[in-house]
Amino acid sequence: MTSTSFLQYCLAGVSIGGIYALIAIGYTMVYGILRLINFAHGDIFMMAAYFMIFAMVDFALPWYVSIVLVLAATVALGVLIEKAAYKPLRSAPRMSIMISAIGVSYLLQNLATYLFSALPKGYPSIAFLTKTITIGSISTSVVTFITPILTIVFVVLLMQLINHTKIGMAMRAVSKDFETSQLMGIKINRVISFTFVIGCFLAAVGSILYFTPRPSVYPLAGSLPGLKCFIAAVFGGIGSIPGAVLGGFLIGLSETFIKAAGYSEFSDVFTFILLIVVLLFRPTGLFGEKITEKV
Amino acid sequence: MSNILEIKNLVVSYGGIEAVKGIDMIVPEGEIVTLIGANGAGKSTTLKSIAGLVKPRQASIQFKGQEIVGKTPDFIVSQGITLVPEGRRVFPNLTVMENLRIGAYLRKDNLKDDLEYVFSLFPRLKEREWQMAGTLSGGEQQMLAVGRALMSRPKLIMMDEPSLGLAPLVVKDIFTIIQTINEQGITVLLIEQNANMALKVAHKAYVIETGKITMEGTGAELLANEEIKEAYLGKTK
Repeated sequence: MTSTSFLQYCLAGVSIGGIYALIAIGYTMVYGILRLINFAHGDIFMMAAYFMIFAMVDFALPWYVSIVLVLAATVALGVLIEKAAYKPLRSAPRMSIMISAIGVSYLLQNLATYLFSALPKGYPSIAFLTKTITIGSISTSVVTFITPILTIVFVVLLMQLINHTKIGMAMRAVSKDFETSQLMGIKINRVISFTFVIGCFLAAVGSILYFTPRPSVYPLAGSLPGLKCFIAAVFGGIGSIPGAVLGGFLIGLSETFIKAAGYSEFSDVFTFILLIVVLLFRPTGLFGEKITEKV
Repeated sequence: MSNILEIKNLVVSYGGIEAVKGIDMIVPEGEIVTLIGANGAGKSTTLKSIAGLVKPRQASIQFKGQEIVGKTPDFIVSQGITLVPEGRRVFPNLTVMENLRIGAYLRKDNLKDDLEYVFSLFPRLKEREWQMAGTLSGGEQQMLAVGRALMSRPKLIMMDEPSLGLAPLVVKDIFTIIQTINEQGITVLLIEQNANMALKVAHKAYVIETGKITMEGTGAELLANEEIKEAYLGKTK
């Protein structure tokens, strides 16, 4: 492998890794606050892609209007799912809400099949994002280049929000103790909705970045990326945002290099083996909290 | 003196089992009122009902003449009632400072004076301002829980077993603080298993047994009562 192609693969790896990281943050934040693995998250990511097709192809809106609409619609969908499928189960056993999440996932996949058919639909191309640029000896598309930068920017902003704002403080408090948070006057449903807003916003950004260089979308398109990002979150320690980001980049990079070495079919296998290994040897992941039962 | 809190016929049940079976209580403004009783008698449930965490099956709870049954916890906090929960329940992943700030979550005004006030009551917290609350000792966590409650500028502070699991010296400190807070005009409703300490500081006391009030009087009266001595103060006849 020449150094140029090595750099090329590194860039491709951190780029897809950045997208995984953005989606993995949604899994990890919802888990942190509700102790729920939101299995529908990958399908929300898929729906965001269909929203983009609606906006740019069906309504022929300019890309900058479309992006805003896609972000807003995805966030609205996420909050609606939370209110309809998770909120009524707030005091139910955790298994019930988990099964509800699996139900929502299948609902979205089948709804998309019913509404948009199972045939792949062409994803609109945003001209300035698909342009090819050359940096030194590497040539790449703009989207591949800006994805990791955008990811880092969003992660830094998110960490600021969580650690240095009032709503961020409330999120950290609610993630530890619902009842005491209520005693402080925090409206926990509002904080939970806000968590879904952030998770779905980042999933929508990830969706735009993921599908722009790809030709088409189909109803199951969110399923595998969703699972990979879930694994990224588990690897980093579910509940931990830096962990999810690191997990996302790691899976993106290893996937890219396995493909580069000529084992394309093996790259997803590797990701799932990683899940099993993590669960066997370090179930709390890299930065996950130890679960301590207090008397 | 007027009553800041009046509870009439409070009934709470969990899954068909009545934990509180129709209690009546009054809390006069500016006093320390204590509710003593054994484990499972319904003390915590009573406080949680007042704070809005538990929905009573039936009740009238009036705070300064306003009915608060069925209101949300955030509304009740905004009216000036705060609860220091059993087992302290500070947020371990927040710093001492953040724990205090979150106590004032609903307030939008400047917190500087309130923080100074809490630090004057608990100088230890000032020293540990930037430490995670989870790393504090039990006594310090209890101080933080009380400080956090004071940050909402309550008119009525309810405390659920503040002495539980603390060393005797620390318990003494906590009771001194309770009296200090009360002298500054905040009404206190105190739940305790440490009946001896509680009755000594209380102006008024209630005894609760299996969900019913079985006795009431001033702190001194109950302290001298033979039945109370036998049941709660560990003295034999």
